[in-house]
Amino acid sequence: MSGINYTEKIPNNVNLSGDRTLQRALEHWQPNYLQWWQDMGPEASQNMDVYLRTAVSVQPDGWAHFDYVKMPDYRWGIFLAPQDGQRKVHFGEHMGEDVWQEAPGEHRANLRRIIVTQGDTEPASVEQQRHLGLTAPSLYDLRNLFQVNVEEGRHLWAMVYLLHRYFGRDGREEADALLQRNSGSEDSPRILGAFNEKTPDWLAFYMFTYFTDRDGKFQLSALAESNFDPLARTTKFMLTEEAHHMFVGESGVSRVLQRTAQVMNELKTEDPAALRAAGVIDLPTIQRYLNFHYSVTIDLFGADQSSNAAIFYSSGLKGRYEESKRTDDHLLKDDTYKILDVQNGQLREIEVPMLNALNEVLRDDFIKDSMAGVGRWNKVLEKNGIAFRLQVPHKAFNRKIGTLAGIRVAPDGTVLSEDQWKAHENEWLPTPEDRAFVASLMGRVVEPGKFANWIAPPVMGINRQPIDFQYVRFN
Amino acid sequence: MTVETASRVIKQHLIDPEICIRCNTCEETCPIDAITHDSNNYVVDAGICNSCMACVPPCPTGAIDNWLRVLSSDAYSVDEQFGWNELPAEQELPAETEEGAAADAAPQADAPAAQAGEDAAADLEGVPSTAAGASVPPWSAAHPYVNLYTHKNIATATVAGNYRLTDESTDNAIHHIVLDFGTLPFPVLEGQSIAIFPPGNDASGRPYHARQYSIASPRDGERPSYNNLSLTVKRVTSDYDGKPVKGVCSNYLCDLQKGDTVQVIGPFGNTFLMPNLPHSNLVMICTGTGSAPMRAMTERCRRLSKDKAFNGKLMLFFGARTERELPYFGPLMKLPKDFIDINLALSRASDQPKRYVQDLIRERASDVLALLDDSNTCIYVCGLKGMEAGVLDALKDVVGQAGRQWPEVHAQLKSQGRLHFETY
Repeated sequence: MSGINYTEKIPNNVNLSGDRTLQRALEHWQPNYLQWWQDMGPEASQNMDVYLRTAVSVQPDGWAHFDYVKMPDYRWGIFLAPQDGQRKVHFGEHMGEDVWQEAPGEHRANLRRIIVTQGDTEPASVEQQRHLGLTAPSLYDLRNLFQVNVEEGRHLWAMVYLLHRYFGRDGREEADALLQRNSGSEDSPRILGAFNEKTPDWLAFYMFTYFTDRDGKFQLSALAESNFDPLARTTKFMLTEEAHHMFVGESGVSRVLQRTAQVMNELKTEDPAALRAAGVIDLPTIQRYLNFHYSVTIDLFGADQSSNAAIFYSSGLKGRYEESKRTDDHLLKDDTYKILDVQNGQLREIEVPMLNALNEVLRDDFIKDSMAGVGRWNKVLEKNGIAFRLQVPHKAFNRKIGTLAGIRVAPDGTVLSEDQWKAHENEWLPTPEDRAFVASLMGRVVEPGKFANWIAPPVMGINRQPIDFQYVRFN
Repeated sequence: MTVETASRVIKQHLIDPEICIRCNTCEETCPIDAITHDSNNYVVDAGICNSCMACVPPCPTGAIDNWLRVLSSDAYSVDEQFGWNELPAEQELPAETEEGAAADAAPQADAPAAQAGEDAAADLEGVPSTAAGASVPPWSAAHPYVNLYTHKNIATATVAGNYRLTDESTDNAIHHIVLDFGTLPFPVLEGQSIAIFPPGNDASGRPYHARQYSIASPRDGERPSYNNLSLTVKRVTSDYDGKPVKGVCSNYLCDLQKGDTVQVIGPFGNTFLMPNLPHSNLVMICTGTGSAPMRAMTERCRRLSKDKAFNGKLMLFFGARTERELPYFGPLMKLPKDFIDINLALSRASDQPKRYVQDLIRERASDVLALLDDSNTCIYVCGLKGMEAGVLDALKDVVGQAGRQWPEVHAQLKSQGRLHFETY
């Protein structure tokens, strides 16, 4: 592979051709990446021409590049938001100092761990979604899935660039390991739980991109505040792409709701069995999917009290969401935060030092953002005259990580006995029957402008193209 | 200068709240902070947006790409947009309204970023907005370069000098600041302005907006044939209500030392420009730092007249509290009486009754009228916004005394690009 001109092959704004060591490292890694894409990337898609957006620069006009691309030829570029040269540390103990252009020795291990954890989620989601192309409800959706996939691939590149460029041999080994772990693997699973769950159907995919990619948004936003300038600049640019993923999720669920509401009105029924017979997904099933993906995702923020989170913040490795827009002292040493605790089997709020509760702070920011979108889904129902409203479950519902992991809580926040939980679990989380039913709807639709029966068309196409545009050519 | 003759039809840039997912990408991308949000919606401020299209490609949803034809006077406010659950329908527009320039700017996907024109300056502090002045320059004006440097492409200038113009004994500190651009092309004309970014962030952590200042030097440089220009900056120490407030940018500029560098964008302005004829006349009406463009034009004419290339009339009405607070007082008084007709209005001179520029215009009515009737005369007004109405009233009286109709004269002055306002 040594004959490849990497400047051409990998669009970048990091002067790749001027750094021989880095170029050699990437030359070693790239064939392994392409092999991983062949083995674990979107199934049976390698020869399709997909109408994709490729970032060719970090300027706004560098975003407008839409063209047909075979995904293995996608130009996975390395882009960092421009360096302004004046950025100062704006939170934690180093406040006011210049930001770091290299990883300081004392923070090297923690920074590497943060980057590896973030980097591990990117290929994981590609692996989770690799079968979905076979059951896409339209060409439009198929194209959106692939856009999400290649951008997750690019995010992996972004993290691998940081590992190679700033973390020496350790970094290179970690970069290799990112391709060796696999989602759901028994021997070497992905690092975080939610990324080992299956994404078996398109409703799960939309919920995943709505909730779990939103976790990505909040983690990236927190890292975009980092003292380690290359990490901050990398994640800042990744956020722009993450927005597309959340769009796929938000609009996807919205279209499912739109179609269900339409059939409910046509048939004048709320009966799940009648709606299922009509080939659309009933609202209680959608609510159960929501409960599942929401609760699994909020676990991703980690334990509600964490000394690591305090260290990451104080040393300036990871800030809060929109750190620079907050008006407190950005040290938080004297601040407290209310978190949920379990005492005598009951939930109650306790006040703890804010530094130790920063995972919870980020989780609560996520929850607020998530709920706003659920509100917009409900507007679809409202507009169609449907009384049903989707709700996010209580923060303690179905938790597997942190203080709340040990208890059973209903979506409304009532603490339950194990027996009570067992009696109602099927009403709150997707059952095997629910999943089997949704799976039964998944059939591939490939005629331009046609959509599967269970989902409404989008209101507009991609890049001003019509909805019946040939977003994917199968060759 | 945003100048509106009448209500125009514009294509207002709006975000479709039904499609938008509130991802913040547009707000992050907008180079001039025209996009903002509340807990409900992301919205575009029609007073700021210059249709540069930077936000359109990165929007993941397409919600950003909406352009509704409205009368400029009826543009939807930010607060109205916050309350929307869906886009409003386009309203029927009166037939006689003319299509505004912004209408051409909007919907092409490949629309260039540089079509901003004067609206680009609309987010800048100190930008005047008046319907009283012309929206076209005098026909003979030299063609201006605008927006050569933008938020995305900022120029750096070096401070070549910083002098206090007003007497140390007054609390009104006005500085004359010379900026040098070295080898960087930065062509300007008298009457144009530039904007400067003060360093640092505002209370909410965002970098400060650029502040706009009129150029006080002629086109060939503060020092002839040098690539420099000068600004007239008043150190702001209180707000309009007299409450003590430290002006961020003015204090930054007034404290600059020789050799410091500043971040500059511009030039701005393509109407407040001087005629380019040897026999043109200029009536200049200003207060305080509004003298900056007047100094630029006067100096331009003075340099030309040395080469016998200018022989028109200059008439200046200049207001300040006291003589000691008049910027450029010394050099001004040295100018020959037959070159410029200077009328000083001092509102707080100890031994005189209060006088304002409009009083002097009325006193000099016959001379002003003679100039108004000469089609080679242009009128320039620059200063605090409050002076606009007073000056218009005075001109109306001057014309009315001669038994003529001000609305007709006013309309003609505007259509011929002969009456210009720059107030802030």
